[in-house]
Order: sequence, then C-alpha cells, then structure tokens
Amino acid sequence: MYVAVKGGERAIENAHRLLAHERRGDRDVPELTLAQISEQLSLGVDRVMTEGSLYDRELAALAIKQARGDLIEAIFLVRAFRATLPRFGATEPVDTGAMQVRRRVSSTFKDIPGGQILGPTFDYTHRLLDPQLAEGFAPEAPATGETSTGATPRVTDILGRDGLIEPSPVADADAPVGDLTREPLNFPADRDLRLQNLARADEGFLLALGYSSQRGYGRNHPFAGEIRFGEVEVEFMAEDAGFAVPLGSVALTECQMVNQFKGSATEAPCFTRGYGLAFGQSERKTMSMALVDRSLRARELGEEVIAPGQDEEFVMSHSDNVQATGFVEHLKLPHYVDFQSELGLLRKLRKEFAEANEAPPMQEAAE
Amino acid sequence: MALRYEVVYYHRQLESGKVDVMTGNESLADESGGQARRKAVMAVLAHSATADIEGRLGTIALPAHEDLREPENGLVMVRGRVGGDGAPFNLGEATVSRAAVRLSTGEVGFGYTLGRDREKARLIALCDAMVQSAELAGAIETQVVAPLRAAMVERRNRKAVEAAATRVDFYTLVRGEG
Repeated sequence: MYVAVKGGERAIENAHRLLAHERRGDRDVPELTLAQISEQLSLGVDRVMTEGSLYDRELAALAIKQARGDLIEAIFLVRAFRATLPRFGATEPVDTGAMQVRRRVSSTFKDIPGGQILGPTFDYTHRLLDPQLAEGFAPEAPATGETSTGATPRVTDILGRDGLIEPSPVADADAPVGDLTREPLNFPADRDLRLQNLARADEGFLLALGYSSQRGYGRNHPFAGEIRFGEVEVEFMAEDAGFAVPLGSVALTECQMVNQFKGSATEAPCFTRGYGLAFGQSERKTMSMALVDRSLRARELGEEVIAPGQDEEFVMSHSDNVQATGFVEHLKLPHYVDFQSELGLLRKLRKEFAEANEAPPMQEAAE
Repeated sequence: MALRYEVVYYHRQLESGKVDVMTGNESLADESGGQARRKAVMAVLAHSATADIEGRLGTIALPAHEDLREPENGLVMVRGRVGGDGAPFNLGEATVSRAAVRLSTGEVGFGYTLGRDREKARLIALCDAMVQSAELAGAIETQVVAPLRAAMVERRNRKAVEAAATRVDFYTLVRGEG
C-alpha cells in the first residue's frame, strides 16, 4: 500500500536544485555539449538508444547529460519521452544483408565473401590505460584501403545454401507482429515478442544469463557465426504518399550465433541459431541477446528446461531495467504506514512470546 | 483518393511478386516509374543535412506553395527480421518527422525523415512536389539532388575505404625447412 505523504515540498525543491548544481560540477570546468556526448561517448549513447528503445542520438545524449552519466536513469528518461509522441506506424523490416558494413567478423569461416573487416573495435587492444588521452590527443587520420565490389552476404545465408543450418522462421502474413509496448505479455511468448523483449533488455542481465548458459546452465555451445555493424536503410510505408518512403539510415549491430546440432528420426541434423540485433555499435549486447534467444528456444527444440536462461517467463519478466529499477528503488520511498503496521504486529508477537516464557513452569506441568 | 489506394495496392502486389512491373497496367507502370524517381530523390534528401538542402534550394526559384500538412514529429517502430531474413519483429522505435506540401499548380509532395527536424521534412516534401512538376523536375535534379547525391556518395565511400583498411589479409607462416 502506498500512502501520499505531504510536507516535503520545500525539501524536494531544494534537493532538485542541489542536484542541478552537482550535475554541473565545478563551474570552472567547461560544460558538456550534447554533440560531445554523442560523438565521444557514442557507445553509451548506443546503449541508451537500444534499451531506451528509441533511435535518436541527440535525445539519448541529452538523457545521459541529465542523468549525470547514469545510463539506466537515462534509459528511463528516454522511455518516458517516447510516450509523448504519436506513432505513425511500423517500418518495413530492415535488410541487414544490404548493410553498409563498417565491421564484420566471423569466428566460423576465415575466408568469407566480403572478408573479415575489423572496423573500429576494442578487440586486440592491450587494455592498458592510455595517458595520451588525458592530455588532449589528436589521433591520426584513419588508414584507407581498397574496397571490394563484392557483396557481404550473411554467413548464415552461406551455411543455409547447403542446408547445414536451420532456415529462419518464415513470416506468417496473417499473424500480426507482436508488440509488447501495446499488449500485455502472456506466456508462452512467441519469438517475435521474445526478441523485442531481449532487444530492450538490460545488457548486464543478458550478459550474465548468456554467460551462465555458456558455463553449463542450459545447453548452449555456440560459435559466433557472424557479427556485423554498419548502416542500414529504413523505409516506411506511407499511406499518404502511396509507397514505401525512405527515412534515412540507422546504425545497427547484428549477431548470428551458430549452435549445436539437432536431429531426429525424421530430420537430418543441422546447426541451430540464436539471433541478436540492436541499435548502434552494441556488440556485447547483441552477442548476449543471441545466446539468450537460443537458450529460450529450449521448448521449441525439445530441450529440457533446467536453467534460468531457458525459462522465458523468468527472463522476460526480469530483463527490463526500467521495470526492475522502479520496483527495487521504490523501496526507498516513504513506507511509514506499512512499516507502522508491521511494527505494531511485531510488538504484539514479542509481547505474547515474553508472556509465554515468563509463565511459571509448575503451572505448565499442572496442565 | 481512389487512385491512391489503387497505387498502394499495386505497390503491395509488386512487392509480393504478384504483379510484374513489365506486364502491369500501363498507366500504373508509369506511376511506378515516377515513384521510383521520387523515392530516389527522397533517399538522397533524407541522408542530407537540413542546411545543405536549404542552401541548394536557395539557388533556384521556388514555386508558390503551401503546407498541406503542418510538419510534425512522431515515432515509427523499426522492424528487423528473425535471423536477418525471417519473420519480422519489433526492434525499437525511432523519431521521425513528416510534412506535406502542395504547389499552387497542384502537385502534392510528401516529406519523411528520421529525427525531429520538422523543417527538413518540409523541405523534402517541397522537393518531392517539385520533382513531380515537369517544369521544375530538371532544376531540382541538377541544382539540388545531384550535388547532394555526390556528397552522400563521397561520405559513404570515405567510410567504405576506412573500413576496407581494416580487412584482414590472412597469410600462412612457413615453418621449418618445409
């Protein structure tokens, strides 16, 4: 039970004023601009867009600034902003195969058409703090190389040609695409809803679940078939224009996990897959998402559900960090009346306990 | 209105492969060619900065026009596909702006773009209307779209060559005496 508590207005107002002051920090230090956040803390912006479930770099940068760098608070702000705008509709599904690739690696095939493109990555860095960055640092211009004219097909498409990997589930033209922002979740949930949930899910939560599945909590022995990052064109079927209009492009990261064989008396064994997709350059997120997507397919693939990462109700009910933080953090709000009633009950119980123990033993024996 | 729905239906049939562009109804095929041209222009403009579009439009005489739909902000739900090529799912929303402009000569243009820049949507709508006018289409293409397209291609190429420099060239080490 929540009870309105009055009387703290002035304290609240002054607390917010103090917050604004602390957020600004030392006024001798130049104030951060949104462009600086968007350009130089770009992976934080990508995370806020992904989990805030809203592609808008400038708004995500504003949220990060307002939240003093607390990304979950920033995600909360972005989610709240979403509710202020009308939705015009849904885009045509994006074609990640036609991505303008900035990074693309496969751990399964060395020689893939289009090649292994490392792009801007922390991989193979030494993870040593760089004192140069502390002093203002102008990096060299990036090297340039010869572009190949060939396509960069998805690795799973290559495997799919030989039937070595299961095909993606085909679209059912009659079934509407599930949207958990419009209808409440019901279990069991279909894969479209699961993927939407995972796309918005807390990266840390998915990372831990994915890690647990690798360590043996649920059977999951994948290869990173492919990870790609780059720009993808977005089109929207505009009813007024009468055709699908181009909206521009969004940066996306996609991860295709290739998992263990599955076969039966009627089906030849083939690789199975888990899928991850997120806004921006969000590699850890998409890899974790693909691991959990695959482990959540346990029921569909006839695997025994024994681990948290395979339990869709557990995963989907606890993956959203805005919901989670709301419930955890509400504990710090006033619960004075709740607590008074608990206190009253406890005092009564203790009194009864004391009385029972104070009673003379002889009397008990006489009974 | 009737034509619009016909076009939508036709477009969907095209997408689903039920109608072949070559064998379709002649007038609708023309319409489809016009649409392809309009889409190509919209794509370039959506990828360009508002100031650049504005600057380019400043070099030509603009026809009389009015807002048919006031520029507005909204959201679209961005969809992906399971496995990249399978059934669609909802990935997350994106901010968009849209507008509609009508020339005094009757052409109606639509502007859509990612982001919250309403002026950009209005400029795209204006260009889309002008592209549909036989007298204005040429100027829009040469003075506005062509230079913006060149700049867009240049930006893409720069990103492509930067990425290409990080392509791994595997080689095999020869060990021992072979």
